[in-house]
Amino acid sequence: MSEQLALLPGYLTAHLQLTLLALLSSAAVSLPLGVALTRIRWLEQPALNVAGVIQTIPSLALLAVMVPLLASLGLQSIGFLPAFIGLTLYGVLPMLRNTVTGIAGVDPALKEAARAVGMTPAQQLRRVELPLAMPVIVAGIRTATVWTVGIATLSTPVGATSLGNYIFSGLQTRNYAAVLVGCVAAAALAMLLDGLVRALEIGVRTRRRRRVGVVVAAMAALYLYTGLTLVSALLPRGGRPVTIGAKGFTEQYILAHLLGQWVERETGRLTTQMQSLGSMVAFDALAAGDIDVYVDYSGTLWANQMGRETVGMDRATVLAEVGAFLAARYGIQVAATLGFENAYAIAMRARDAELMRLTRISDLAPLARGLSMGGDYEFFSRPEWTAIRDTYGLAFKEQRTMDPALMYQAVAEGAVDLISAFTTDGRISAYDLRVLEDDRAAIPPYDALILVSARLAREWPDVLAALTRLEGSVDVDAMRRMNLAVDEHGAAPSTVAADYLRRVLSQRIGPSVPERDARSGTAP
Amino acid sequence: MIELRHLTKQYDEQVAVRDLSLTVSEGELLVLLGGSGSGKTTTLKMINRLIEPSAGSVLVDGRDVAELAPHDLRRRIGYTFQQVGLFPHMTIAENVGVTPALLGWSDSEIRHRVDELLELVELDPDETRDRRPDQLSGGQQQRVGVARALAARPRLMLLDEPFGALDPLTRHRLQQSFIRIRRELGLTAVFVTHDMVEALVLGDRIAVMRAGRLVQIGTPGTLMREPADDYVRLLLDTPRRDARLVAALLEATS
Repeated sequence: MSEQLALLPGYLTAHLQLTLLALLSSAAVSLPLGVALTRIRWLEQPALNVAGVIQTIPSLALLAVMVPLLASLGLQSIGFLPAFIGLTLYGVLPMLRNTVTGIAGVDPALKEAARAVGMTPAQQLRRVELPLAMPVIVAGIRTATVWTVGIATLSTPVGATSLGNYIFSGLQTRNYAAVLVGCVAAAALAMLLDGLVRALEIGVRTRRRRRVGVVVAAMAALYLYTGLTLVSALLPRGGRPVTIGAKGFTEQYILAHLLGQWVERETGRLTTQMQSLGSMVAFDALAAGDIDVYVDYSGTLWANQMGRETVGMDRATVLAEVGAFLAARYGIQVAATLGFENAYAIAMRARDAELMRLTRISDLAPLARGLSMGGDYEFFSRPEWTAIRDTYGLAFKEQRTMDPALMYQAVAEGAVDLISAFTTDGRISAYDLRVLEDDRAAIPPYDALILVSARLAREWPDVLAALTRLEGSVDVDAMRRMNLAVDEHGAAPSTVAADYLRRVLSQRIGPSVPERDARSGTAP
Repeated sequence: MIELRHLTKQYDEQVAVRDLSLTVSEGELLVLLGGSGSGKTTTLKMINRLIEPSAGSVLVDGRDVAELAPHDLRRRIGYTFQQVGLFPHMTIAENVGVTPALLGWSDSEIRHRVDELLELVELDPDETRDRRPDQLSGGQQQRVGVARALAARPRLMLLDEPFGALDPLTRHRLQQSFIRIRRELGLTAVFVTHDMVEALVLGDRIAVMRAGRLVQIGTPGTLMREPADDYVRLLLDTPRRDARLVAALLEATS
């Protein structure tokens, strides 16, 4: 818990930056637009409809589509900007709608009185319509505030740090203390900001100057803090840190820490992490230079980036062709192959496999109609699945998509009969599962590769050299143990990585890591 | 003081006011009398440009009001209406002082003027000044409405059924107050009502309107003696008919 709380200032500050700036720009868009719409009546419905449509897009998707959209415009597509724009759009509707409704709802007799006593249109707005619409407008701002604080936790997959980092990594690594810290902090922040807005409105309405002063000072302090931290983050200070990316599952968190600690120790450079990125987001971020390093798998790149046939490929060919393709197309270099494969595999309870006498995937075809299969979010839409399905002629009774953190439990409890397991996942043995043999080689090899951006290779040869020394430094058993230490024994990814570095890598960097050392290095 | 020349207001197919011409002289109170849909309120609102005429013109003190900025025009003309329209987020003093504030009077001038007006409309300044509109009765609210209309010392006042929503006793008291105030200040006024008694009590002259047209204009005496048509005769006869009805009822129950 205390190591989680140590992350709080950083996450909270980042969350505050996103939320406050997004709310400010939502308000800057919607309040003037709302006022304008009450004057240009024919535009009112179309504008509210557009805002309404934006609102119906699921928030996670809205943030995610910002990534390719910004990339196509040549802007920073990972990190603060996509999250900020998505959140701004989300905050517009409640503020816009309430501004329009609030002003339209002012008693026509009062509007007539305002004209009749000799107010100009601007005076009518400022002295009569806005003050009377204020409670409704403020209600809209408060709704937007609470929504934005909550939805900002979804900024993590697009590479913006937020309290969502707790939630995403906590759910993946079964660290419910982290999830709890993230949720409680987000809720507290929402209540605080909502309370400030409410206090300001009451103060203004009841004309308590001191109260208004205190609230305005508190808000100004928050914005000042946000602005200063944001500016200081932008200022170059001792050079840019090496940014290490991680997709949203345990192995990736561990490896990102491992690479980061290794680079810091070997080169003395600072590193920073961008975690829980979507699978394709991570690759795009590397290609765009928004991150400098991350680990991906040869088969994933082979099937998804290159669109190549997966059946019957051998490890060396895939490795060589992937490396050549990445260098030619994106200038991305393969710094090292870590020494293990994390392949997709089809796994089931060992007991069921015994009963049904199943050892190979080809045994599965006649029985598939009576079985249900669980896959992670992307599995059933990946070319690898298509290849498996077509090669073996599989047609299951049911296909269910679920979070990778829950798949193993699901199959162990019998909620599904088979899952798309990862071969490095320690839970395969922990839950007594059996991996079915890919006897027709439909699944490509999945060597773990350290990928570095063209910029890193150019600007930081020392970092590239350090990463190259990691060639063959993690074997499949070591990776399984590290995964299991996090997933089942509750260890922190950073601790597991540090242990491994200290006990294993510092003694020997080479293609074979002694089994004994790996085991002692991953005690919970 | 006021001259309406061939005033017409048309909404799409519907004509609200048709070719209406009349004059109101300095210090006179003209009642616009008619049923709903007769065009009396539309006519009134065209004087201070709350409604813009489709054709014709309005002259105040010999100047066409279309030449003035609407807000400047309205600051010089008092206006009260049935819904009163006091601003609920302002105190009584702020409501009364709103037009002087728009005209840039100093705070002390406004304060002094507000107290003077509250006394004029028979409200205790110390008790009412800092209250909110919803803390006053309907009659008190309309007194504040009259005070607000008079704040910037207009010489012309437009009243749209100002006492129409009040109970009979309160209405009577406000009518009496208004008669006194008008005499004291020498105001010119146009007063819209559909209440025959009110028209007879307040009006120097009465203009009877029907379906957007001016049917007849004259002193109450002229209208009663020489009604232009049956509609005017029936209308002017309503108070006497009501009185006869009341007398008969009294006789029957005694």
